[in-house]
Order: sequence, then C-alpha cells, then structure tokens
Amino acid sequence: MSILKIEGVTKTYANHTALDNVSFDIPQGCIFGLLGPNGAGKTSLIRIITQITGADSGKIYFKGERLRPDHIKDMGYLPEERGLYKKMKVGEQLLYLAQLKGLSKEDATARIKTWVDRFEIREWLGKHIEDLSKGMQQKVQFIATVLHEPSLIILDEPFSGFDPINANLIKDEILSLRERGATIIFSTHRMESVEELCDNIALINRAQKVLDGPVKEIRDTYKTDTYQVIGNGQLMITSPDFEVLEQHSNHGIFRANVRLLNNTSPNDLLRYLIQRVEVHSFVELVPSINEIFIRKVTETHHA
Amino acid sequence: MHKIWLIVQREYLTRVRKKSFIIMTLLTPLLLATFMILPGLLISMSDEAETVMVLDESGLFEGKLESKEDVAFIPLAGTLDQAKLLYQETDNTALLYIPEMTIEEPKGFVVYGKKNISIQTQVRLENMLEKEIENQRYLASGLDRETLDKIKANVKLTAVNLSAQGEKDNNAIITSVAGVAAAVIIYFFIFLYGVQIMRGVIEEKTSRIVEVMISSVKPFQLMMGKIVGIAAVGLTQFLLWIVLSFIAVTAVSAAFGVDAAPSPAAQYAAGQMAAQGEEVASDDPTAMDNPQGQDEFASTFSDVKESFANLPVALIFGCFLFYFLGGYLLYGSLFGAIGAAVDNETDTQQFMMPITIPLVIAFIMSYSIVLKNPDGPVAFWMSMIPLTSPIVMMVRVPFGVPAWELLLSMGLLVAGFVFTTWIASRIYRVGILMYGKKVNYKELSKWLFYRV
Repeated sequence: MSILKIEGVTKTYANHTALDNVSFDIPQGCIFGLLGPNGAGKTSLIRIITQITGADSGKIYFKGERLRPDHIKDMGYLPEERGLYKKMKVGEQLLYLAQLKGLSKEDATARIKTWVDRFEIREWLGKHIEDLSKGMQQKVQFIATVLHEPSLIILDEPFSGFDPINANLIKDEILSLRERGATIIFSTHRMESVEELCDNIALINRAQKVLDGPVKEIRDTYKTDTYQVIGNGQLMITSPDFEVLEQHSNHGIFRANVRLLNNTSPNDLLRYLIQRVEVHSFVELVPSINEIFIRKVTETHHA
Repeated sequence: MHKIWLIVQREYLTRVRKKSFIIMTLLTPLLLATFMILPGLLISMSDEAETVMVLDESGLFEGKLESKEDVAFIPLAGTLDQAKLLYQETDNTALLYIPEMTIEEPKGFVVYGKKNISIQTQVRLENMLEKEIENQRYLASGLDRETLDKIKANVKLTAVNLSAQGEKDNNAIITSVAGVAAAVIIYFFIFLYGVQIMRGVIEEKTSRIVEVMISSVKPFQLMMGKIVGIAAVGLTQFLLWIVLSFIAVTAVSAAFGVDAAPSPAAQYAAGQMAAQGEEVASDDPTAMDNPQGQDEFASTFSDVKESFANLPVALIFGCFLFYFLGGYLLYGSLFGAIGAAVDNETDTQQFMMPITIPLVIAFIMSYSIVLKNPDGPVAFWMSMIPLTSPIVMMVRVPFGVPAWELLLSMGLLVAGFVFTTWIASRIYRVGILMYGKKVNYKELSKWLFYRV
C-alpha cells in the first residue's frame, strides 16, 4: 500500500516550471529517496506535500485520501534550511513545536524526555538555541521533526551540516523509525550517500521525473552483466561468451572487468576462470544510482 | 484557533521575559517619577525660610514689612556700608536697601545677595514694596484698600456648546488635551509595536524557522498570532507603566514629602499671589482668610474639574480602545508584510515610507488643522480615511462628533484593516519563503495574485 500517491503534479512559478506532470507512489514503511540535482524541483514537491504551497494541477493522496490540512499532523518535515528560534530554550522550543503539531503538553513533555535521553542531551534543555553549536542545533531540530511520531517523515538534505559521527547517529535513527513503521522521504542531490539507505527512489531532473521504483529493480534494469575479477595468474580469455572490457596486471595479480554474453551465468564465468587462474575476488559491477542518473539524463537530453 | 493561541502565547512570553522589556518597564516609571519629583525636591531644598535684612533710609516702610513663616525681615540701622559688612557676617538670604525717597518718586531700591537672588524672591519683594507704596498713596489721596477691593472687577467667560444634544459646558483646552493625548498614545503604540512585528517576522526569516512553522500552521495564523501577541505585550507595558508610575510618584513624594514640580509660570504666579496675600493681610488682618488670589485659583481649578466631568468619558474611552486596536491591526499587518518582503532590516526603508507618511501627516495635521477646526473638511476627511482616522478621529471625539460620522469612520476602519490584512497575508505567505531576492513594488503587486 502506498502512503503517498502523487498524480500528475504540476507547479509553475512566474517564469519557470518547477514540476512538470510528476507522478509516483511512495510505499508505506520504506525509506524513499527523492533524488535530483540542485534546482530539479525536489523542494517544490516537498513544499506541496507539506502544504506550504499548492500545486497548480494534479492530485496527491495521503493514505488513500486527498491531501487535507489536518494530514499535516501526521507528517514531520526537516527543511533544508534549518532554523529554530534563537532566543528560545531548547526545552521550550521542542514543546512549542510539538504543541503546534497537536500534541498535548503532557504528551509532548514525556516524549521530549525520552528523546533527550536517547540523544544524551538532557543538560541542553535549559540552554538557549543560540548557545548551541550548529550540529547540536541540528539534533534538536531532528527531534522536533519526529517528536509527534508522524507516519511520514520528510528530510531535506538531512546529513548536510552533520559530522560523520552525528550523521551515523541520525542514520541509525532513520532506520529505527522505519522499523517502527514510519515512512521516510529522503531528499538529496548527493545520490551516493543514500544508496545504502533507500528502499525506493524517484529521480527528478529539470522538473520532470526521470525514473522511479525500488532501488534493486532499478539497478537490475541498468546492470550490464559485468563482473570484476581479481586473481593470481595470467588471464587470457578466449571464449566468445565473455568480453573483457578492461584488464590490468601487476606483479602477477590481475584485475579484469568481464561482461557476460550469450546468456551465460556468472557461474559459467567462474568455472571458466577457476580452470585457468586463482580467483581472489569476484564481484558484480552494479551501476551506482549516480551513474544511472547521469546516463538517464544524458539520454533524455539527446532524445 | 488553538494554534493561533499557542503562537500568541509564545510571542507574548518570549518578549515579556526579555531583560530589555523588564528593564524598560521598570525604568520608565522611575525616570518619570524622578523627573516629576526632582525639581520639586531641589526647590524645596532651597526654599528654607528666607531672612532679609532691611536698611530703610526713607523710613516709609518701618514696621510695614511683616515677617511671615517663610520670610523674615530684620530691620537695620546705620549706613549702607555698615549694613553690607553686617550682612556679610551673617548667612541671611539678602540685604534690601531702601534709599532716602518719597512715595511720589520711589526708586533706588537695591537687593544684595551672596549668591544669585531667585526670581521668586525678587518678585515677592518688589510686590511687597509696590503694595506698600500704593497703600500709602491711597491713604494720601483719601481712599482705603477696602474700598478699592470693592471696585475691582473679575470677569470669567464660560464657553457653552449649543449642539443638538442640548447645552453643555465646553472648555476648549481640556477637550484638546484629552483628544491629543489619546492620539499621541495611539501614534506611538502603532510605531513602537508595528516595528516589533516587522522585526519579529524578519527574525523568523533570517533564522530560517519559518519553513518549519509554515509546515505546521498557516501563514495567516502565524502572522495574526504575532500581531495579537505583540499587541498584548504593548498593552501589558502600558498598563504596567500607568500602575508603576502612579506607585512610584506616590512613594517618592511620600518619602521626600514634596509635591510634583510646579511649572516656572506657576512659581511666578505663586510668588505674586503670596505677596498679594501678604500685603492684604498686613493691611487688613480680617481679610487674611480669603485672599483674592486663592479664590481665583480655586474657581479655575473647579472649572477644570467640571470640564473633565463634562467630557463624555465613556465615549472617549470606548473610541480610544476601538481606534487603538483598529489602527494597530491596520498598520501591524502592513508592518508584518514588510518584514516578510525583505531579508534584513536595512532593506525595509523603501517600504516603510508609504506607511510612515500617512501616520506622520495624521499626527501633524491633528494638532495643527484638526485641533483648530475639529469639524472642518480636512478633519472630516482625515477622520474617514482608515490610514489616518485612528489618530485624527481621536482628536475630534472629545469635541463631539455626529454619530453617523463616528459609525462611518469605524466601519471604514474595520473595512480598512480587513483589506490591509488581506494584502499583508498575500505578501506574507509568498515573502516568508523568499530569500536573497531584492523585492520592488512591482514584484510585491504580483505576489498579491500569486496562487500559492
């Protein structure tokens, strides 16, 4: 079942089109990567989903219903431009934002307590936001985003501004949020950073959706049956079933990229290799989302 | 509604808890009290009983200059030089020298002091001497003081307003004061707190909290919450100022045992009045209890009180609240829109102009043209246009305004703030998410019709 269904959404500003007839589904309980270069229209789409702006045309369904203002309670949004009230204390700020999301004061207070314990930031509660470092502020903002336990969490460039340790902490939190049944939309232009995290993706370029679907399927579609072999010995491939794309040799250790032809399987290649050389490593070369994206974009440009 | 209430609370509490707010709120009444009390205190310090030594070579004033509680006379004999030497040795206030002369040609009076003789003392002495000389001249011409007092006339004019509501007393000064005071308060309130709204919006924009907020509440709710919250801050501050000023003034005057400082004119008058009373008393002891000056003062005072009583206080107060809130809402939303349209405070100038100008014009007009002719065409039109009516109408109300004019003006003001709030919310919802773009009026007018 899809938590969010986007149907033919179009949004134009005074002199440019931000989104042009974009449609895709976001399945429930997944981490969904909304990918695309800067200015592709990701933030415009997010702002339409969070009802900050409205679409010119097209429909959006949240949990099967047309998007309504009260759905906002069930969403959490971490914008790319982070910000909090500088003069407010951390505790008050979290309480205020949670209450605006419809939480009662008691519920909000209890949840703030569990989150600050989890992030070990209890002693910050009485501090003013302006006295915290940027990374600390981001943590507070992340808590504010998920405090009301929304079923849809939208994170716009969530790792920008985090050091590797805190980025990992947030990554773990995102995974545990998914385990608890939340759906996470993850918007970024740094495609390599989300490959390991995302279950599904949609690629947007120049206001248009380029492709979407489960990461595995997309990769399968774009993989080229190429394997990288590293081993010891003199590799000489003469079979017409295999094509050597690249080969290096150094101190008797070779590395070669081999493509399978004529519907042969990787095992056929392996069998062929084992008879001739000592195999140390055998890895399928899967195109990265980045490569797929670049390929896709150049394709559409040429078309 | 619940969300607006939360926003109002935040806007209110964060501002009220600020150190600057607390300091301003406490300091202003203290300063006010100090300014009111200090001059009075200083005067009373120098107002110790004065002792004036008198060297009377003419012999005309012998025994005539009677000592009072705050001024004592010490008659001297001998030459002027001896008297000066004698005076230098004492710490008496002054030495009054009356040379040889006749009542027909009184001149050559000199008063010597170790420091500057105050105007009050000088006027007082002059008056005493004048009165005494006049008395002696009356006696010489066969008149006495009592006859003269009977001849003296005192005319006071009571202004009565013959309007449709029937006769009523009308004191132009009191009426003007009531109206202008209300207008001034409204004017400053709009400016002080309108700018606060603008700053608040700019702060939300620059700290980038706004996108988080807008994903939880509607831009209109955010804007209204801010406007209402800041209005509450302003009202709190005014209320505290009134209460604290009252307490401070009362406490300080009780502690130092002084009244608020009288104005210099009042001091001069007091000097003359005291001198008058003294002379009357010295001339005719029975008249002491009812000196003319005091009588006059009392009647003026009761006139003032009466004029206040004749003002339609309930109406003025009601109008004040209405125009106060109406004007604030009208301008407040515009200030909010400016905050949304710019990135920082330095960019606000070009948009501030069209807002400031009607306010300033209304303010200037209200105490120049409107006050002189509260029912004239300028006053009428300016009290109808919503941008100027909160100030101009307040000046007119105490003079009496026909009900239809008042209702029309109020109706227009309501329509006006609904309209400006609409404009402001259109600009606001586009502007708060717009960064790094220098906006001009053409751009702003496009925002009005953006579909967001």
